[in-house]
Amino acid sequence: MRYELFVALRFLRQGGAQTVLIFGGAAFGVGVIVFLTALLDGLQNNLIDRTLGSQAHVVVRAPDLTTKRPFRLGPGEKGAAVVERPAQRLQGVDEWPKVMRTVEAIPGVTATSPVANGPGFIRRGQAEKSINVFGVVPERFDRIVPITPKLIEGHFRLEGGEVVIGQVLADDLGVGLGDKIRLTGTQGVSEVFAVAGVFDLGNRQVNQRWALVSLRAAQALLQLPGGITNLDIRVEEIFEAQALADQIERRTGLKADSWMVLNNDLLVGLKGQSSSGTMISIFVVIAVALGIASVLIVSVVQKQREIGIMRATGTTAQLIQRIFLIQGAIVGGFASVLGSLLGAGLAKLFEGLAQNPNGSPTFPVSLSPGLFVTASLVAVVVGLASAWGPARRAARLDPAQAIRSV
Amino acid sequence: MSEPILELRGITKNFGTEVVTEVLRGLDLRLDRGELAALMGPSGSGKSTLLNVLGLLDRPNSGELTILGQDTKSLDDAALTRLRGRALGFIFQFHHLIPGFNAWENVALPQAALAGRMMDEHQATARRMLEEVGLGDRLDHLPNQLSGGQQQRVAIARALVHHPALVLADEPTGNLDSHSADEIFELMRRFHRELQTTFLVVTHDSRLADRCDRIIELVDGRIVQDRRR
Repeated sequence: MRYELFVALRFLRQGGAQTVLIFGGAAFGVGVIVFLTALLDGLQNNLIDRTLGSQAHVVVRAPDLTTKRPFRLGPGEKGAAVVERPAQRLQGVDEWPKVMRTVEAIPGVTATSPVANGPGFIRRGQAEKSINVFGVVPERFDRIVPITPKLIEGHFRLEGGEVVIGQVLADDLGVGLGDKIRLTGTQGVSEVFAVAGVFDLGNRQVNQRWALVSLRAAQALLQLPGGITNLDIRVEEIFEAQALADQIERRTGLKADSWMVLNNDLLVGLKGQSSSGTMISIFVVIAVALGIASVLIVSVVQKQREIGIMRATGTTAQLIQRIFLIQGAIVGGFASVLGSLLGAGLAKLFEGLAQNPNGSPTFPVSLSPGLFVTASLVAVVVGLASAWGPARRAARLDPAQAIRSV
Repeated sequence: MSEPILELRGITKNFGTEVVTEVLRGLDLRLDRGELAALMGPSGSGKSTLLNVLGLLDRPNSGELTILGQDTKSLDDAALTRLRGRALGFIFQFHHLIPGFNAWENVALPQAALAGRMMDEHQATARRMLEEVGLGDRLDHLPNQLSGGQQQRVAIARALVHHPALVLADEPTGNLDSHSADEIFELMRRFHRELQTTFLVVTHDSRLADRCDRIIELVDGRIVQDRRR
């Protein structure tokens, strides 16, 4: 065993209550950081999951309509013009199969789904509701917004005149599987559909307003023969969505919005949470570092005589410095293991406190391996850094004076 | 038999910056291999300071200090520590064992420090050395589980385990009853005889000093008498 390690371990063992306190304090600090981070990460993942549960990561659509040449002026004529922005009617994506192939070739894109989407009405008997008509290809749309796993009853296949609606809408209209309802587009086109499935996406807006029909049926209702209004995209890394959206815009000349732009409020909120979490962690780290440093300084003072004796009997100043640095590293290493366990335990305990009716935790926590690796690295570095001052002090002790001190 | 182990020329040592106290005022001294010398003098005469300077724990203000032919002025702290660990052994008045380490560990530490690691051979040598001083049955005892005389035996074992050329002993018997003191002194004499180790023993006890080959007397930072017997 290395001499430095041998002596460092012995000094720690000899420390008794002091050692217990320094280990306990550091472990508790690491535990708080792990717990806090797990909680915040869990909360954020949950929020993002909920938001993206009924939303594409990137939506590609036709660029906004603009007035290109408002006036034609003759030679020598001058004109003043007030250019009014044209109203945005439903617009198809030109040559969408080609666009789809282009987008699918971009690395990082995991799924695409053509969607014909527009406003409409749904009627059964005297009840009429305004809705959002989605013409989709079920197996493709399922990979963007997973409908099939969220079905309460029925299936999501959309053969012939079938429609799948949200649970709130079904309740409002009092319909169930197989009931007939009439959908009407804003242009007056109208058709009868049979309810093939009812879903619950956990979002009241969506459950109340979405009506999913086959792509062909929607194209007829919305008067977009053969066309789609947008191409929904799922990406591999959700935080890369905006970069991919920019890339798609450049390649296709179409407009591409990521969920990050569409949910800017959420992102700002998440960032605020993350930074306050980071701030708290930093304060905890400082408190832990001060704790370790003060205990080690006391230990250097207490061990002055031993240090002097070791210096007199052949231990170099450098070795003395290492002995105390190693103590700091050991405290950090121990704290990272115990603290990770403590933090994970607390997080799991907290997760178990409150549960949703379906048995899933209300506050899910996120304990990733990366979190433990980071916490351990931070703990060891903090241990070393806080031991630095005491170690230098120990190394600089004058051996002749140190031996005489009691 | 006149191989010089240690040579001092014009050594001075001052303390304080504003009010300067001269503690050693130009000392010349030479110790040869195998000498057993007593260093005597009233308190405040500079004995401890001289011992610290000789032990490379403190640097002189001026003068030359040569140990085993090596001039020490140009050495840095690490080199001084290595020379100290290799060539010198210390025995202190209050034994100065390290409380958290048991007897054999205390004896093995200096060698382990030099080697950079604690090895089985260090343990073996330490055990042999403790058997030599009659503590073969106390190897795993902590210092506070040993009597004063036993503690000082461990300290002697630690000072001699690496067969240093020179052992500096600062009142090694000053804290012991006369019976234990005699035992400790005899032990030192035995090693002196068997290993040809040079000893410089600071003592107030003229009875012990009379059993040494040479008596050096220090008064006010000067050597006033140096007689061989």
